[in-house]
Amino acid sequence: MEPGEIHALLGENGAGKSTLMNVLYGLYQPDEGEILVDGKPLKLKGPSDAIAAGIGMVHQHFMLVPVFTVAENVMLGAEQVRGPFAGILDRRRARREVAEVSERYNLRVDPDAVIEDLPVGIQQRVEIVKALTRDVDLLILDEPTAVLTPQETEELLTVMRSLKAAGKSIVFITHKLGEVKAIADRITVIRRGKTVGTAEPSASRDELAALMVGRSVRLTVDKKPAEPGKPILEIAGLVVDDDRQVRAVDGIDLTVRAGEVLGVAGVQGNGQTELIEAIMGLRPTLAGTVSLDGEVVNGWSTKKVLRAGVGYVPEDRSVDGLVKEFSVAENLVLDIYDRPPFGKGLSLKPDAIGKSAKERIEQFDIRTSSADAAVGTLSGGNQQKVIVARELSRPLKLFIAAQPTRGVDVGSIEFIHSRVIRERDIGTAVMVVSSELDEVIGLADRIAVMYRGRIIGIVGPDTPREEIGLLMAGITPDTATPTADSPANEDEA
Amino acid sequence: MTNPNPVSGSPDKEPATEAQEARGEARATPTAPAGDTERQVPATATKQPAAGEPRPSLGKLFLDNLWAANTVTVTVLAVVLAMLVGAVLIIVSDPEVLATYSYITARPADALNASWTVVSEAYANLFKGAIFDPDAVGFTAVMGPISETLTYTAPLVFTGLSVALAFRGGLFNIGAQGQATIGVILAAVAGFALPLPPGVHLLVALIAGALGGALWGFIPGILKARTGAHEVINTIMLNYVAIYFLSWIIIQGGVQNPDRADAISKPVDSSAQLPRLLGDNLRVHAGILLAVLATWFIAWLLNRSTLGFELRAVGENPDAARTAGISVTKTYVLVMATAGLLAGLGGSNMVLGSTANALTPLVIAQIGFDGILVALLGRVRPWGVLLAALLFGALQAGGNRMQSYSGISLELVTVLQALIVIFIAAPALVKAIFQLRAARAARLQTSLAKGW
Repeated sequence: MEPGEIHALLGENGAGKSTLMNVLYGLYQPDEGEILVDGKPLKLKGPSDAIAAGIGMVHQHFMLVPVFTVAENVMLGAEQVRGPFAGILDRRRARREVAEVSERYNLRVDPDAVIEDLPVGIQQRVEIVKALTRDVDLLILDEPTAVLTPQETEELLTVMRSLKAAGKSIVFITHKLGEVKAIADRITVIRRGKTVGTAEPSASRDELAALMVGRSVRLTVDKKPAEPGKPILEIAGLVVDDDRQVRAVDGIDLTVRAGEVLGVAGVQGNGQTELIEAIMGLRPTLAGTVSLDGEVVNGWSTKKVLRAGVGYVPEDRSVDGLVKEFSVAENLVLDIYDRPPFGKGLSLKPDAIGKSAKERIEQFDIRTSSADAAVGTLSGGNQQKVIVARELSRPLKLFIAAQPTRGVDVGSIEFIHSRVIRERDIGTAVMVVSSELDEVIGLADRIAVMYRGRIIGIVGPDTPREEIGLLMAGITPDTATPTADSPANEDEA
Repeated sequence: MTNPNPVSGSPDKEPATEAQEARGEARATPTAPAGDTERQVPATATKQPAAGEPRPSLGKLFLDNLWAANTVTVTVLAVVLAMLVGAVLIIVSDPEVLATYSYITARPADALNASWTVVSEAYANLFKGAIFDPDAVGFTAVMGPISETLTYTAPLVFTGLSVALAFRGGLFNIGAQGQATIGVILAAVAGFALPLPPGVHLLVALIAGALGGALWGFIPGILKARTGAHEVINTIMLNYVAIYFLSWIIIQGGVQNPDRADAISKPVDSSAQLPRLLGDNLRVHAGILLAVLATWFIAWLLNRSTLGFELRAVGENPDAARTAGISVTKTYVLVMATAGLLAGLGGSNMVLGSTANALTPLVIAQIGFDGILVALLGRVRPWGVLLAALLFGALQAGGNRMQSYSGISLELVTVLQALIVIFIAAPALVKAIFQLRAARAARLQTSLAKGW
């Protein structure tokens, strides 16, 4: 690492990126080898040693106390005290430090804001500020963009550039090729715990992807033109609230036909999650109708919706998609365990479940030590394949995939995409919701852009990215000015 | 709960993801390389290393497994540790032995001998009282200890299963005591108030007890499902309601024994009593058979039934269960009602068996609370619960003899039980003391902690 350099560490899920960085941050002890800082070997016993050596880390999942303010979080672990009796927290000084750092690096944060009220992008900024107040020279960002919206990502990249200008070195861990090309000065690709190559940012996406997975992959999806049939999913005037009783879906009309892929694009948090949960019977609808193949399904239980021939890949697989402690085989029947041949009356048929699991593992190329292994031990991509395998193993009328490839390695993305298209080709109506614009463009036959709970436009897949991007920000071509009551950027401010 | 809306900050989501990451990190080192080899190498190649290695002998495998930190080893070692600490307590609590320690530098043999005598005698009595007395002559004397152990075991199996079942469903049932109390009341009342023929009478009394417990479990279950009220608080409160209800109902007309002035109910008709298994002189009764049957049934329910599948899925990840179409609220209610039913049966055992035949304020002793210990000791698995209940039953039976023969207080037996549970509940401690290799025990512990 050179001072003032942004070094991207690129690799698939489970390639060892995070492990390497955890060693660097002193969380894990190396079995062999050593770390050199300024030419001197460094022995790290814990994160405090790393901080002392000028290494700071922003974890993939933030290490913040949600009910504390920004300033309190920043001083956490290095609390300053004042007064005659040690023990009075010097909040003023912490706030001053936060203000100073925000000023110097142009990282706008309010020191008195409570963490849980802040959007994810700002929380991440707090993490960066926290690291910077510790006077670090080397900042490790572990998959910082995984949780960010495109705009927030853009802002983060700006922050990284200004940090670089201030002479800080940054290790940027990711598996997103676009970001790497946009920001990195040098790229190191890691595969199976080994460095397999370094590359310049000028290298093409395909070259980088090939280095990452060790073979060439297709990032675009090959598909025939769609042959849309009759409407399967029809949504009319749907209104749904989110968990905080705030209107999330505000009068949506949408139709998905058999044999087509409808992509739903949009910055996360514009009602996509609630829309899908309402279709699945996981969230009450306040107005409007959802019909499946001509039948109104509002108010149906999730089980009934699933049984009516709907396949569903939830967006947060570790929370909603899988029971991590359950075996692969059990997860593969999570929604059909009580149907023949897996269950009859009250009893389960473990033989049938095991046999079907073996077939699915084969068909869907799930890399697992056995069908009985706990699903939590699988890599992210293979966990996602388990869900996809489960949902595509029964005859479907409608297949809904939310963020089907989030946090999934390139090889699995390719596989999952081809499965989605295959499902379309056999005449299933497919709805793909994704905040990755590339994914939506690659898969969809029609793209519906959601903004603030409404469909702001439905366009073809050949529409220029920029135009869709503008739609995602709430700007329609006709008006060329922000629609609705307020501009999109106010959300982030 | 279902809206991971990052723009809004989603405060309720953060702790969960952090916890996940903590778990993920713990596993990252071992799984990352393994996962990756699988990724690239074709299926045939992955099998080669296994075939290339020489097969370890069966004996070596056995030893390896024995010393790996599996649950059986940890449990056994926890018992051993508890007995060691118990030995120290026995020595310290005996003034005569303690006196020998005042001149230990002069005559160490005295102190050691005295300690050995008192400890070995105490544990020998524990063994003789619980399992087998080599000096016993005659059928009754030989079978006596086992009979006592099984008598104490039976109700604990039920309450242990009750807690374990709820635990697997993601609920912490602190209310087994209350459920057993309602169970014992209804079983007893059905036992002395209904004039029914033998057999039918027993069945009706058992069903009454079971239903009483089920009702007392259903209440916190429905409260949890409908309002999200935490089952721990509600079950604790319902325990008090049940216990004081028992105290009150015993002295009501029609329930209180008319020949007695103290708080005791009429005795249960003999037609409603569980038959004794080994003749009238031994206390062991059919309750233990019911307990084994219940264990088998719960094991089947958990592992081989669709209901158990739902229950386990809800227990491990309610969000995923809900998304897969399982009704979480229905499962919570069902789990608590079934847990209550089991505890109710445990309570019925206390009055329909040989322990007592009438209600008193302390008729069910501590079986509900002991059930929590039994469930944890049995690693919340049905057959594990049965074994743990056997251990507790044996400690109780042996403790009685230890008290009368060695003059060691029954409280010490309770302390021993507590020590065992502490060591079991802290497998990391046992593993650290015995330097066991990490294996499944650590994972089990996380599942135990999840109930909260």
